[in-house]
Amino acid sequence: MLTQIEGSRAIAETVALCRPEVVCAYPISPQTHIIEAVGVMVKEGRLAPCEFINVESEFAAMSVALGASAAGARAYTATASQGLLFMMEAVYNAAGLGLPVVMTLANRAIGAPINIWNDHSDAMAVRDSGWIQLFAETNQEAADLHVQAFRLAEELSVPVMVCMDGFILTHAVEGVDLLDQATVDAFLPPYDPRQVLDPANPVSIGAMVGPEAFQEVRYLAHLRQLDALHRIPAIAEEFFGATGRRSGGLVHSYRTEDADTIVVAMGSVLGTIKDAVDIRRDAGERIGVVGITSFRPFPAQAVRAALAGASQVVVLEKAFSIGHGGVLATDISMALQGSGCVVREVVAGLGGRPITRLSLEKLFYKAAQGELEELLFLDLEVDVVERERERMRLERRSGPSAENVLRDLGARSEGPGR
Amino acid sequence: MFQVRIHGRGGQGVVTAAEILSVAAFDEGRQAQAFPSFGSERTGAPVVSYCRIDDREIRTREPVMAPDAVIVQDVTLINQVDLFAGLSPVGYVLINTSRSFEELGLAELFLRFPRPHLVTCPATEIALEHVGRPLPNAALLGAFASLTGQITLDAVKKAITDHFAGAVGERNAAAAAAAFDAVVHQEEELSRADAD
Repeated sequence: MLTQIEGSRAIAETVALCRPEVVCAYPISPQTHIIEAVGVMVKEGRLAPCEFINVESEFAAMSVALGASAAGARAYTATASQGLLFMMEAVYNAAGLGLPVVMTLANRAIGAPINIWNDHSDAMAVRDSGWIQLFAETNQEAADLHVQAFRLAEELSVPVMVCMDGFILTHAVEGVDLLDQATVDAFLPPYDPRQVLDPANPVSIGAMVGPEAFQEVRYLAHLRQLDALHRIPAIAEEFFGATGRRSGGLVHSYRTEDADTIVVAMGSVLGTIKDAVDIRRDAGERIGVVGITSFRPFPAQAVRAALAGASQVVVLEKAFSIGHGGVLATDISMALQGSGCVVREVVAGLGGRPITRLSLEKLFYKAAQGELEELLFLDLEVDVVERERERMRLERRSGPSAENVLRDLGARSEGPGR
Repeated sequence: MFQVRIHGRGGQGVVTAAEILSVAAFDEGRQAQAFPSFGSERTGAPVVSYCRIDDREIRTREPVMAPDAVIVQDVTLINQVDLFAGLSPVGYVLINTSRSFEELGLAELFLRFPRPHLVTCPATEIALEHVGRPLPNAALLGAFASLTGQITLDAVKKAITDHFAGAVGERNAAAAAAAFDAVVHQEEELSRADAD
C-alpha cells in the first residue's frame, strides 16, 4: 500500500515482512529509527517468531547475527559509520564464513573529526570484506532492496549490505509502496541454510585454514560474488514480475541515449543529478546518468555497456581514498580500460555537505566544455584550506586543523541549511 | 513544486510539523517529501525542517534553499537565524506570535513580499487553550492551510489525528482549525484596511 512514511520506518516494516528470526543491533545515528521500529514490532508481537537481542556493542551485534545465521536463523542487523568499524572483524567473518546475514547500512561519514552526517566512507571501508553491497536511490528502492537482499543472500550464502544514505533517506518522509505479506512470502522462501550448526549432524564452521587452502576458499568467495552478478538482475526481474516495480539490478541508466557525457553515481544523489541533467539537456547538452546499484560485486560488463556511447564519464562520489582519489572512479576506469573514454572524478557531499542542483549544473556545464580537471572536490572552500596550509607552513604548533577550520568558518556568517 | 521551510527550536515539533504537512498533501493525492535539517538536535537549539509538495515525482535531495513559504515556530529566532534567506519574492511568511510585524521590527518584510502573504498567528496561545501545552506546530499547519491554500484544513486535521492518537489528536486538530480561522480573520482585516 502506498504510504507516506519515514524511510527508516519503511525499512523496518519491510524487514518485518521478510520474517527475520533474530534481530540484534546497537543504536547509532542515523540507523536508530530503523532498529527502534523493529524492536517495537517484536515487543508488540507483530513480528513473531523473532528474537530481538539488545547487545552491548556493534561487535556483539554482528557476532550474534552470524551466530544466529550459523544456527539456521534468518538474521538481520543495521548500523552506520563508527558502528560498522567497531564490528569490522565480525563483518569480515560473516562473509568469510558465508553466512547470509542482511544488514542495513545507513551511510554516514567516518571520524575523526567526528561527524554524524551522510557520506559513503563507511561502505567504502568494508568494500573488500566479501559482502554484497547494494545502494538505494530512494526509500522505495531501499525497502524493495531488503526483500531482494534476503533472497540473494540466502540463495548464494553470502551476506548482503543494503546501503541507504543516512538522514537524507533514513529521515525523509515520502511515499513508499509497502509490500504485503503474501507478496513477500511468495518471493522469499523460508531460509534453507547451506551450512547449519545442528547437534544431530555436527559440523565445524570457522576452522583454521592454512596456506594450503586459504587462497582457494577466498577464490570460492570471489566466484560466489561473480554468481551474484547473474542473480542480482534475475532477482530484480522476478521482483518486477511480482510487484511491477523496477528496483535493484546492477545499474540504472537515465537519458544516456546519444549522451556524450555520462555522470555515474550511487545512492540518493542520483535524484538531484537527474534534475540537473534535465536542465542541461534543455540547454542542449547531451548528458545522461548511470546509477550503480550493485557496487560489490562490481558489474564491470554492465557498466561498460551502459557507458558505451560516451566520450566522457564523470564519476561523482561521496567518498574517496585519501592519497589516491575516487574509489568508484577507479573501478569505473578499470571497466573502461581501452575504450578511450575520459574519466573525471568528482568528490562531493563529504560529511553531509549538501550537493545542490545548482552546483551540479555548473559542474555539468564545465564538463560539457571539456574543462573538468581530473579530480575535483565539489564546492570546496579553497580559501579556508589555503589559510590552514599557510598556518601550518608558518608555525610548528599550528594546532588541530579541524578546530582551526571551524574557527575560520565561524568568522563567516552561517545561513540556514548548513 | 511548492517548498516550505519551518524554523523552530528543538522540542517544538518542527520535524513533526513537516512530516504532518507532507502526509496532509499526500492524502490529497499529491507527492510530498519532508525531512529535517540533519543535525544533532537538542532541546532549545535552532532546528529547521523542510517539506516539498508537487504533482510529479520529487527527486531532488538538496535542502530547501529557495522556499515558497517560511513558517517560524519560535519568534526568538529572529535575531539568531536568517529566517527569510532565499524566500521567493512572492513567498509566504507565517510567524507564531501574538504581536504584529511592526512590533517585531519586521515591517521591512512588507517591502520584500506581498502584504497578503505575510501573517502572524498566536499559535502558542491557541495551543495552550486547546491542547494545554505550548506546542504551536499543529496549530500553525492550520494557519498554513489558510494562508497558502496548498492544502485543505480537512487534510491537515486528518493528518494531525492520524499522527496523534485519541484526545491529543482531536485537541491539536481543534487548534489547527482555530488557527485557520484566525488567519482568515486577519486576511479579512487586511483587505478591509486596504479598501479603506
